[in-house]
Amino acid sequence: MKPGLPERDDNPCRPRHFRPAACAPAPLEGPAKQALETSHTRLIIAGALFCLAFLVIGARLVEVAGFKGGETRLARLHVAERPEVARADIVDRNGVLLATTLDSPSLYADPKLIKDPEAVAQKLAALLPDVGESEIAARLAADRSFVWIKRQLTPSQEFEVNRLGIPGLQFQTEGRRVYPKGNLAAHVVGYADLDGKGLAGIERGFDDILRDRHEPVELSLDVRVQYILRDEIARQVAEFSAIGGMGIVMDVTSGEVVAMVSLPDFDPNTPGSANEETIFDRATLGTYEMGSTFKIFNTAMALDDGIATLSSSYDATNPIRIGRFVIHDDHAQRRWLTVPEIFEYSSNIGSAKMAIEAGTDRQKDFLGRLGLLKAPSFELPEIGAPLVPSPWRPINTMTIAFGHGLSVSPLQMATAVSAVVNGGILRRATLIKRPAGYAPSGQQVLSPRTSEEMRRLLRLVVERGTGKLANAPGYLVGGKTGTAEKVTGGRYERHGLLSSFIGVFPITEPRYLVMVSIDEPQGTRESHGFATGGWVAAPAVGRVVARMAPLMGIPPVDEDSPEIRRSLLVDSLSPQGRKIAAN
Amino acid sequence: MSFARTDQSLVAQWWWTIDRWTLLALAALIGFGSLLVMAASPAVAERIHAGGIAHPDGLFFVKRYFAVLPLALATLFATSLQSPRMVRRIALVGFVISLILLVYTFVGGVEIKGARRWISLPGLSLQPSEFVKPTFAVVSAWLFAQYRLRENFPGHWIAIALYLLVVGLLIKQPDLGMAVVVSAVWFTQFFLAGMRLYWVAVGMASGVAGLIGAYLTLPHVTSRVDRFLDPASGDSYQVDRSMEAFINGGLWGRGPGEGTVKESLPDAHADFVFAVAGEELGLIVCLVIIALFAFIVLRGFSRLLQETNLFVVLAATGLFVQFGLQAIINMASSLHLMPTKGMTLPFISYGGSSLLSLGLAMGMALALTRRRFGGVEA
Repeated sequence: MKPGLPERDDNPCRPRHFRPAACAPAPLEGPAKQALETSHTRLIIAGALFCLAFLVIGARLVEVAGFKGGETRLARLHVAERPEVARADIVDRNGVLLATTLDSPSLYADPKLIKDPEAVAQKLAALLPDVGESEIAARLAADRSFVWIKRQLTPSQEFEVNRLGIPGLQFQTEGRRVYPKGNLAAHVVGYADLDGKGLAGIERGFDDILRDRHEPVELSLDVRVQYILRDEIARQVAEFSAIGGMGIVMDVTSGEVVAMVSLPDFDPNTPGSANEETIFDRATLGTYEMGSTFKIFNTAMALDDGIATLSSSYDATNPIRIGRFVIHDDHAQRRWLTVPEIFEYSSNIGSAKMAIEAGTDRQKDFLGRLGLLKAPSFELPEIGAPLVPSPWRPINTMTIAFGHGLSVSPLQMATAVSAVVNGGILRRATLIKRPAGYAPSGQQVLSPRTSEEMRRLLRLVVERGTGKLANAPGYLVGGKTGTAEKVTGGRYERHGLLSSFIGVFPITEPRYLVMVSIDEPQGTRESHGFATGGWVAAPAVGRVVARMAPLMGIPPVDEDSPEIRRSLLVDSLSPQGRKIAAN
Repeated sequence: MSFARTDQSLVAQWWWTIDRWTLLALAALIGFGSLLVMAASPAVAERIHAGGIAHPDGLFFVKRYFAVLPLALATLFATSLQSPRMVRRIALVGFVISLILLVYTFVGGVEIKGARRWISLPGLSLQPSEFVKPTFAVVSAWLFAQYRLRENFPGHWIAIALYLLVVGLLIKQPDLGMAVVVSAVWFTQFFLAGMRLYWVAVGMASGVAGLIGAYLTLPHVTSRVDRFLDPASGDSYQVDRSMEAFINGGLWGRGPGEGTVKESLPDAHADFVFAVAGEELGLIVCLVIIALFAFIVLRGFSRLLQETNLFVVLAATGLFVQFGLQAIINMASSLHLMPTKGMTLPFISYGGSSLLSLGLAMGMALALTRRRFGGVEA
């Protein structure tokens, strides 16, 4: 390999001090020269372009690395890095956190780097109890470069996994939805999946808003009341060996839901552990024949439409027989009863007679006005539509009078009863906090006078009737019991009961409605074997009122003061009835 | 180094005729490269478990770099000793061999990150396309020169045919970045060889059309361009980290080894090495690096302006354009001036094949720009 140069190196002309051009060989001629000149000219163009490109890069470098605004640009980069803004928090009416988003590590693996999937799976399964060992092993054996092992670990799990020191395991930070109150308001708050998509409750109903908003969504819920309500319902469910229970506390002046419970419930932090039974929201999605609590509507209808007055009376001496149906009373008085007595003793016979007198059309119209015949509009996606009889025969009219034959959700019940007691204005139920003192507009569905009369009747039930156990001294609870026989396979079950109580306090100027329903309670020795609304649900309502009233700033009053006695007086009882009630 | 001017030995002649300024600039680049490979690659090596799980080796890339570096320097030196004629022969032989190997990658290649570009040899994996790049530049320079200087020699047609073959193979791999560089180099050479302006316009138009076509048909190109045009449209993680590195570095940098961007950038030792330089060495040193690249390219060009051999002009231009273009594309990607494109920063990025190929390319470029007198027959 001999280089071509040496021969020419002997050139005497070889410059030692001069530019080579000074003794370049004779210039080329013809096309060769022309070609060379072209190439030189164009080389200058190429050089200029390169020069420009390097200058642009230098300028850009100075622009990027220049100091001014570096910090803000850094911050912007970090925001841009995580385009999805953390999902907004959900808080209760006092700002207590119900749902928030925390950064949490998610564990993934590069199976190609895992030498011994079996051994790694065994170690991981010991740390992550909810992922099976065989499942991990299968994922680690996959012919891929990325597999999730478990999303959203706890910090201590992350620490333990790191301590294993297994190569090929990596963490990625993700936003994890956390529900600090756990089960407490599970059905209301709902839950979101690992990718931050709302799947139930407010999380689903307000999914878009929670995604876009930065401020927390303020619910009308009050976790203190929520706790009390859940506590009392859970106590009754346990005491009466019931399969479940539900309850609502509603501000009757605004329609705000202050507490709403459905038991059994689940922990939204681990929605995977929920099942069909626990995830079902009995308060909004479940529809039930509510039983005698429906007499509130039946009585209000009769009074409001002028069918009856407080002094009207109906013959409740004998059960009503229609075809194969027999309508009889649970607390049979076997005599004529005034309207207040029918309400107080919860007479099915009297109620049915009132309904028949009003007629099917009036009943339909009145229940429709109260929003009991169609699904309500509400913030939760879990909304049950009422089961309305079709055709609506006279027998339906009679049974609906005492709450059978028409299934509605507890939420609809609470909304409608609120309208009955608050002066007759139906307001949409809401889970979103209203400004203090703001009463949203609603429809006048019955007259203030009827509402006032109904309040007296409701108080009567607690004072002397079936709802005595709901009394909370000083808070003037009024309400109505209801014990419905549940329909199973088209037949009414004598022992499958839905025992409810709907209470309102203070009855003189209603502020809160407290409703409790216990699903399939069994009688106990203490309840003398009874499992009715008066024995099962009423005590819970009484205790809820006694516990929540001080928190909500409702002062107790002297129930025996003359003004109150006068305002609640129902003076149309027959002498006979008065005597019996006194017993 | 000192040689008497009368020393007639090969090395002494080399020393007096080589472009020593370019040599110095290359040495400076290699110095920065060594520094940055030591700074950036351990983090990458640890993250991807280079050297295998059983024997994790943080210095994996450092060791390989310094194993290949002497080889590359030797190649550079040995090639720069050659005459233009020998350069042409070396390039021709090298081109044929690497073209064969390039075809072989489709059969026996190793797939890395979705592309079949490598063939596995004991001890190292080789990327034949890296060697196609400089050798093809020299071969096509010769063909263009012959087309201009010799009557009835269809040099340009042969060059066009070879070009289509090479680019077709590169796109098939797929290695779009390489195809773009090869196209730009080839087109510049054709331009210098006196391509009619009409055809220059057509060539540029088809280049643009080709890029748009790539955008429309190749999904990974589409996603990268989209992310460049609208960073919010997708994952702009790498470029964001890169920009952050430059901002963090400021004027004087955090000091070699003190940066953090290498912890999070997957290709900190290769495609994004300039960002590591920005963070650890700072703005001033980065400007020096840019200046070194600009100096090498522009000095090469200026020496060629006094060159009378058309082949030498075309071949050396091709090599310098390739060198400069790679640097520009790499730095522009890091600075978010263009969509990210996997392209090594010459002599600074880690990459065995790339380093060897650059040794060969710059060796040939130095050989061609040596001072010769009377025009050497090519």
